[in-house]
Amino acid sequence: MARSVTSQRKLINTGLAWLIGLIIFFPILWTILTSFKTEAQAINDPPIFLFFDWTLENYAIVQERSDYMRFLWNSVIIAGVSTLLGVMIAVPAAWSMAFVPSKRTKDILLWMLSTKMLPAVGVLYPIYLIFIELGILDTRVGLIVVLMLVNLPIIVWMLYTYFKEIPGEILEAARMDGASLRSEILYVLTPMAVPGIASTLLLNFILAWNEAFWTLNLTAANAAPLTAFIASYSSPEGLFYAKLSAASTMAIAPILILGWFSQKQLVRGLTFGAVK
Amino acid sequence: MATKASRSAARVMMAPAVILLLGWMLVPLTLTLFFSFKKYLPLRGDKWQNGLEWVGFENYSRFLSSSSFWPAVTTTLIIVLGVLIITVCLGVLLALLLDQPMWGQGVVRILVIAPFFVMPTVSALVWKNMFMDPTNGLFAHLWRFFGAEPVAWLSEASLPSIVIIVSWQWLPFATLILLTAIQSLDSEQLEAAEMDGAPALKRFAYIILPHLGRAITIVILIQTIFLLSIFAEIFVTTGGAFGSRTLTYLIFQRVLESQNIGLGSAGGVYAIILANIVAIFLMRIVGKNLDT
Repeated sequence: MARSVTSQRKLINTGLAWLIGLIIFFPILWTILTSFKTEAQAINDPPIFLFFDWTLENYAIVQERSDYMRFLWNSVIIAGVSTLLGVMIAVPAAWSMAFVPSKRTKDILLWMLSTKMLPAVGVLYPIYLIFIELGILDTRVGLIVVLMLVNLPIIVWMLYTYFKEIPGEILEAARMDGASLRSEILYVLTPMAVPGIASTLLLNFILAWNEAFWTLNLTAANAAPLTAFIASYSSPEGLFYAKLSAASTMAIAPILILGWFSQKQLVRGLTFGAVK
Repeated sequence: MATKASRSAARVMMAPAVILLLGWMLVPLTLTLFFSFKKYLPLRGDKWQNGLEWVGFENYSRFLSSSSFWPAVTTTLIIVLGVLIITVCLGVLLALLLDQPMWGQGVVRILVIAPFFVMPTVSALVWKNMFMDPTNGLFAHLWRFFGAEPVAWLSEASLPSIVIIVSWQWLPFATLILLTAIQSLDSEQLEAAEMDGAPALKRFAYIILPHLGRAITIVILIQTIFLLSIFAEIFVTTGGAFGSRTLTYLIFQRVLESQNIGLGSAGGVYAIILANIVAIFLMRIVGKNLDT
């Protein structure tokens, strides 16, 4: 009897959870569906859910009219290079803090975190001015540098928490067995650190891809990534729902897929190890 | 293990990150502080190269006494508190539900988390046009279906609309962190309470909620820091109109739209102070966690 009660409860849980899950996911689903409709069907009242004439023309039009690929490429370059650079700078720092901690390690970590708390709008004009003076306003280089700096504290923190989990005894054992420092790093530490570094890359790529303060304020025509491209749909193009949906779907699809892999890292990365 | 040589090597390895972040923090901060004491109107021909007029604390007092300051504070508070209340309450309930045994748990988790990965400009525009538009939005269709007059969400109810949009974006974050915290709860304790006949509500109030206390605090603090500076959601929906101008947006307008740098910088200093008050509490919790 006990079993039938639990399976009944499981059924209710399942139904309720799926219902809520679908409601939360609905705006995304609706956007994806609408991107395959014609403009007339997109605003049809009553709304059409599945039985419309599926078409790819919106995607073609978005690409043709606005050179979508250029914005996509900007997003890929800006998010990709800023994340890679950030990790390259952060790995040695996190490494030394995790394996050669000193009295000040904790203070340095917390100070790095505090730079992340600085409200961007408070330093908007200085950055804007520096960009103009250096001639890097509306360039990819400029955005790469800013996004790298914005995410650097998170990258250091994530890597630090991952490196902290590598037991120091293993290193000592390797050293006892006569491993040189080089082979110690190459054959012992690196394989253990790779999953942590990969998760860090993944989450920070997502954060950089979606960043929408600096990308909106520091770009115009040349270096604008997808965030700024979509913002340009605000009006009146935004009223063409099918095209807005196609542009939006293309902008979020890669990240939704990457996001599936990074659920766990999300918690660690955004709570700075305070929730595990 | 740490020798003198490895200590100095450690310092060298840390140097690039520390120096970069130090520069990233100090240079713009110093400039903002500097401009906040100056009259600086680039559109009227002021150039920093020619030197700027020192005005003392005038920008600070003018920012506070301007007619848009208090409405901006109220707007900011409404949005931050509204989103916090919604995301934390729904987040706890959703985390409890997702922790139960069910079929397809992994898929449901993905569905719930997905909004977090949608870029802010996309979620704001999709909500604004496809849901909240008073003629063609889905809500308008729904309202008409029930014979009601469609609502012009973003102009007539701009703040609730923005709270809905932002809550949708942040609910996954709250849920995920609270779910992680619930899963770390010792299940034996719960089973023991269940065997002793404690009803579900009591188990929640006396075991689960206290256990979640720290996670809830962290969710509130981290979200507050991000919510204080939401920008894109307002930029693409209302552009600060219809009473939706937050402190962040007000400073943005002063700095980049009306190009009153002195005034905007003074506002920026206020925003930095405000964020730091929240940050201190967060850092204390995170710092404590580092020791253990």
